[in-house]
Amino acid sequence: MLWFAFLRLIGLLTTLLAASLVIFVVLEVIPGDPAEVMLGLNAQPDTLAALRAELGLNAPVSTRYVNWVLGMLQGDFGISYTYSVPVAELIGERIQISLPLATGALILSTIIAIPIGVYSARYHGKIIDTGIMSVAQIGIAIPNFWIAILLVYVFAIVLRVLPSGGFPGWEVSFFGSLQALILPVVALALPQASILARVMRSALLDVLHEDYIRTARAKGLSNKATLWRHGVRNALIPVLTILGLQFSFLIAGTVIIENLFYLPGLGRLIFQGITQRDLIVVKSSVMLLVALTIFVTFLVDIAYAAIDPRLRRRV
Amino acid sequence: MHAKSLKSRLLCLAGGAALVLAALTGAHGSAEAKSSLSLGMVLEPPHLDATAGAAAAIDEVVYQNIFQGLTRIGPDGSVQPSLAKSWDVSEDGMTYRFHLQKGVVFHDGTPFSAEDVKFSIDRARAEGSVNAQKPLFAAIDEVVVVDPETVDIKLTTPSGNLAYNLAWGDAVIVSPKSAESNKTKPIGTGPFKFDRWMKGQEIRISRFDGYWGDQPQLDKASFRFISDPNAAFAAMISGDLDAFPTFSAPETIAQFEADPRFEVAIGTTEGETILAMNNTRGPLKNKMVRQAISHAINKQALIDGAMFGLGTPIGTHFAPHHPAYNDLTGLYPYDPAKAKELLAKAGYADGFSATLKLPPPTYARRGGELIASDLKKVGIDLKIIPVEWAQWLSEVFKETNYDFTIVSHVEPMDIGIYAREKYYFNYNSDAFKNVIEELNVTVDEEKRYELLKQAQQIISDDAVNVYLFQLAKSGVWNANVKGLWRNSPTPGNDLSQVHWANN
Repeated sequence: MLWFAFLRLIGLLTTLLAASLVIFVVLEVIPGDPAEVMLGLNAQPDTLAALRAELGLNAPVSTRYVNWVLGMLQGDFGISYTYSVPVAELIGERIQISLPLATGALILSTIIAIPIGVYSARYHGKIIDTGIMSVAQIGIAIPNFWIAILLVYVFAIVLRVLPSGGFPGWEVSFFGSLQALILPVVALALPQASILARVMRSALLDVLHEDYIRTARAKGLSNKATLWRHGVRNALIPVLTILGLQFSFLIAGTVIIENLFYLPGLGRLIFQGITQRDLIVVKSSVMLLVALTIFVTFLVDIAYAAIDPRLRRRV
Repeated sequence: MHAKSLKSRLLCLAGGAALVLAALTGAHGSAEAKSSLSLGMVLEPPHLDATAGAAAAIDEVVYQNIFQGLTRIGPDGSVQPSLAKSWDVSEDGMTYRFHLQKGVVFHDGTPFSAEDVKFSIDRARAEGSVNAQKPLFAAIDEVVVVDPETVDIKLTTPSGNLAYNLAWGDAVIVSPKSAESNKTKPIGTGPFKFDRWMKGQEIRISRFDGYWGDQPQLDKASFRFISDPNAAFAAMISGDLDAFPTFSAPETIAQFEADPRFEVAIGTTEGETILAMNNTRGPLKNKMVRQAISHAINKQALIDGAMFGLGTPIGTHFAPHHPAYNDLTGLYPYDPAKAKELLAKAGYADGFSATLKLPPPTYARRGGELIASDLKKVGIDLKIIPVEWAQWLSEVFKETNYDFTIVSHVEPMDIGIYAREKYYFNYNSDAFKNVIEELNVTVDEEKRYELLKQAQQIISDDAVNVYLFQLAKSGVWNANVKGLWRNSPTPGNDLSQVHWANN
């Protein structure tokens, strides 16, 4: 198990290094100069030069790459060109929204999807199964921002029980912050739950045809106990894979939902960074997301091994 | 059928979730007496130092709220006293003497004096300064402190614009003690002080008790950043926001107009929206071609189609609400036949093809489609290339690598850009340059207006660009909010006079 984890860790670090290089090169290549964006139409050439020097944009490319990577290793993510505050601080503020948002959506989608998937598999082929699965199919097809608009309309405009967006900040109002996250979490969770329910159902169906299920029933276990102890447990691997992918998506891919609810999350930080050519913010946040995604994948791998002892020996 | 059943299902689900969290949901948006204001903005400022950036969003938060200049621009666009209570101009027009307000302190308690004026102006015009509007200070030779309440500004040439230039957000007075940290913690002399900035979310300001002038009626204000038009609409209509002075969803304006809870204010801005042409490129070198294009575009249809009717036609690069405006809208009426005739005369009877680079704002993206279809009718084939703002700045503005583009020039009184060398239109006219040179040294108002009108006439006759319309400012706010500016003679949201009517 330890050897398994160690090998995974080495692979993980190599991926990170490769990612840092790709991110850096891509952002060097795209057109647009941060100083021009900040100073606008009336800027004089000497003003632009002064600002470029101030932002440290004049150093050679290789020096800037090495400095950036070394800085990150020491926990220094650089200073935002536009905001003039440390990038680490910005990310720190944003993660306070993105992390609860992603976690909340993941938990909610799991709570909705697992029972529905199991139920559907159990009544496989019955009307109720067909009904649930067609709703799930539609749930997958509907984009989350449309659900978001609908939720805002019902709960913020018609019923006026929840805010239409914004985020007061945890230390200002914990209660208000929770409130602010309800609609976005629901909007994010519903499509994810639809996917997860389908995966849960089909994985469980596969398992239910295995011989050991018949054996379990034959040795006298009840239908229910067989289903949960031998069925669901063995069906969890594909579900975990999807959960891992969904978490990575939820942490970074929520920019549309963040825009709709004007939540200051990581997705919006990156989006704003790109439009304002605040490249240091983009580089460092994307790097962080890559690291997070790799870390989650690593955790999922480890979890596989925990669920299925056979995998530990296979490495 | 599916959609309907799904909708109700989703609602059930969402309703269930809301019930589970019933404890969390409370009455939202209460109607008690208010002394605070929450105000929506489309873009978040990159930082809060008005003297170090071009973003209008900076001024929309700080100008006249946190920072003040020697002079200010009033709601009607006129120059008014601010930190300087009055000024005299010497007879030769070479020296301006400013008499400063008494008892002014910065928000950190530092007293304000003539030294701060000298510091601020010298800092802005210094070599290596990062002021985005350095040309404003070009005529200044020296700033001399006469006594703590008097300052002289000596010029190299007489300048009729000085008092106006010093009213810009880029010319506000800062203290040497806090100048370096103004980006994140702005300290000025205005009626409001900065409280906190939750990046990506909002900026809060509150009343400054030590303010030298009349105390504002608002205790607190917050500026919230909502870039998505749908979200902006939802935030306003649900009452989460009190005001959205530059509203981003013109298609929903009618809905607010019909609702007595809201006031809709359609005002003017300094934004001349133009179809800019690269005057040194291919067929566009020819004045007749440019005139043909001016005839080929149906400007009113553009205003109606792309801007939902919000916008004033202009015939030149000048704000129609200004007294020196020269109405030239009749110069190039919509006339495709005439356009074709001019094109044929110029040797392009079969038309030509070119590119149209469009920056992100709605007026450009929507307007671009309409213009391309208008020009197609006279044989000009436009390939539309959407670009990001940063890309626009480097490709179009700096490298002038473009044929056509659409952009709104929001700087006030910026007709002088046509006299600049290598400005992105690549227009070069000695007649125009002479007029602007004369204007710069003319102090007499009537004479200045005459020259400004001449300048407008020259660029319109030359059809440098197609002058589409003056961008409107469409504001929406709670009907009880009073005192917000309807027009936008300069970027800003002056909150010093804002109050709630029902208090």
